[in-house]
Amino acid sequence: MAALLDVSGLQAAYGSTRVLHGIDFALEEGSITALLGANGAGKTTTLRALCAMVQTAGEIRFDGARIDGRATEDIVRLGIAHVPDGRGTFVNLSTEENLRLGAYVRRDKRAVEQDFERIYSYFPRLKERRAQQAGTLSGGEQQMLAVSRALMLRPRLLLLDEPSFGLAPLIVREIFEIMRAINRSERVSILLVEQNAAMALDLADRAYVIETGRVVLAGTADSIRQDEAVRRSYLGY
Amino acid sequence: MDAFIHQVLAGLATGGIYASVALALVMIYQATHLVNFAQGELAMFCTYLAWSLINAGCPYWPAFVLTVVFAFVLGVVIERVVIRPVENSPVLAVVVVFIALLVILNSITGWIYSYTIKTFPSPFPAEPLFGNKYMSSHEIGATGVTLIVLLLVYAFFRFTPLGLAMRAAAQNPVSARLVGIRVGWMLALGWGLAAAIGAVAGMMVAPIVFLDPNMMGGILLYAFAAALVGGVDNPGGAVLGGFLVGVLENVLGAFVIGNELKLAVALVLIIGVLVVKPTGFFGKVHVTRV
Repeated sequence: MAALLDVSGLQAAYGSTRVLHGIDFALEEGSITALLGANGAGKTTTLRALCAMVQTAGEIRFDGARIDGRATEDIVRLGIAHVPDGRGTFVNLSTEENLRLGAYVRRDKRAVEQDFERIYSYFPRLKERRAQQAGTLSGGEQQMLAVSRALMLRPRLLLLDEPSFGLAPLIVREIFEIMRAINRSERVSILLVEQNAAMALDLADRAYVIETGRVVLAGTADSIRQDEAVRRSYLGY
Repeated sequence: MDAFIHQVLAGLATGGIYASVALALVMIYQATHLVNFAQGELAMFCTYLAWSLINAGCPYWPAFVLTVVFAFVLGVVIERVVIRPVENSPVLAVVVVFIALLVILNSITGWIYSYTIKTFPSPFPAEPLFGNKYMSSHEIGATGVTLIVLLLVYAFFRFTPLGLAMRAAAQNPVSARLVGIRVGWMLALGWGLAAAIGAVAGMMVAPIVFLDPNMMGGILLYAFAAALVGGVDNPGGAVLGGFLVGVLENVLGAFVIGNELKLAVALVLIIGVLVVKPTGFFGKVHVTRV
């Protein structure tokens, strides 16, 4: 079966500084794949490269078709939703307006209205805060909002950048549970970037370990968890 | 007392014009963090076009609508052709482009229409409306038109998906791209809207100040003062600022400093706001972590 996302020889640079030196990975439709690695390994850059937010070279195929070289806006329209590093909240707009923007490219107005209810059932907190300025939400609520905004696109592929960053463990667990539910019930494929390797491996089917811009290890979540080096460096036992 | 009320009301009428131009300035400022110095000349150029249409026999209101549409298209084209290439250039480069646009529009108009002052018709009757002794019917009509424009702009940004997308693109272009908004086009639309609002202001003020290529110079200064007073990143504040500046200018001009020094009111306001409260009365304080 052809992969939903197939990346080969991906390089990326900020100006003249190259950060990715040829990364290869693939993601099966309906799966959760994790990218693990230390700070500065190139995880966030990999996600940015997929959405044309940095200069890239190499080949990115989504559902069989090349998407490298296309504009961010067009990649989003293919059904790739990106929850960016830093959450990307529209801080001066209300919670509801943020969600509405997530569905900006959709034309099925009635289904969009139903999706509001669906999102609010996942995250009742957002419903309480729907008229509130998004910048005044707590960190956890903003992360819920970022994930929800991405889901409003009804994406085929969800790119999640460090959803656990700066959040209380309880909230992280809640968000991860919902990600699992969404993956199972709606078959949204997820590419997850995480520093919290233990949690990411619990959620993921497959994982890739990235070090200084290269993939150094790939395999099923279980096999990665067993790996001696990963255990010591990333899992800490 | 009568004279005072008259001056306040006349101030509100011109204040509406300043409010419109200030709103156009703020719209561009919010998206680019730059003040479009050519905003006034764009309005002036479009007003001349309206004059040509009316002189060619076109009735007033169709000419008005055609001019607004033309202004919109002109704004979009200027953004796409002239501003887009310098989008990522240093601030000064963009400012130079704005000033070049100002000079070019001014000279082209002078070249086509000559610099002699022309009268511009008012669509409103010459006799006072409702037996009103304080405001001329043009002042009442212009205020009404301005208010309608401001309300339409407000409703557009507040209630339409496109308006929401434009606000999103101005606030956070990176996130806006990530939800699929074509940010470049939103900027162009913003230019089009700003030019259209300016054109309405130009046509409303031309019967008062008469038509000449330099007619918008002073108005742009007042509008700039209005935008600053209200907070240069707050559209509502800019509109309130516009009315405030209009009234202040008129009342001070009539009773305190005399008509010759009226423009100084704008300059004093600009300097005063920048020194005392640079964010204006309704602007956001920007805090940057270092």
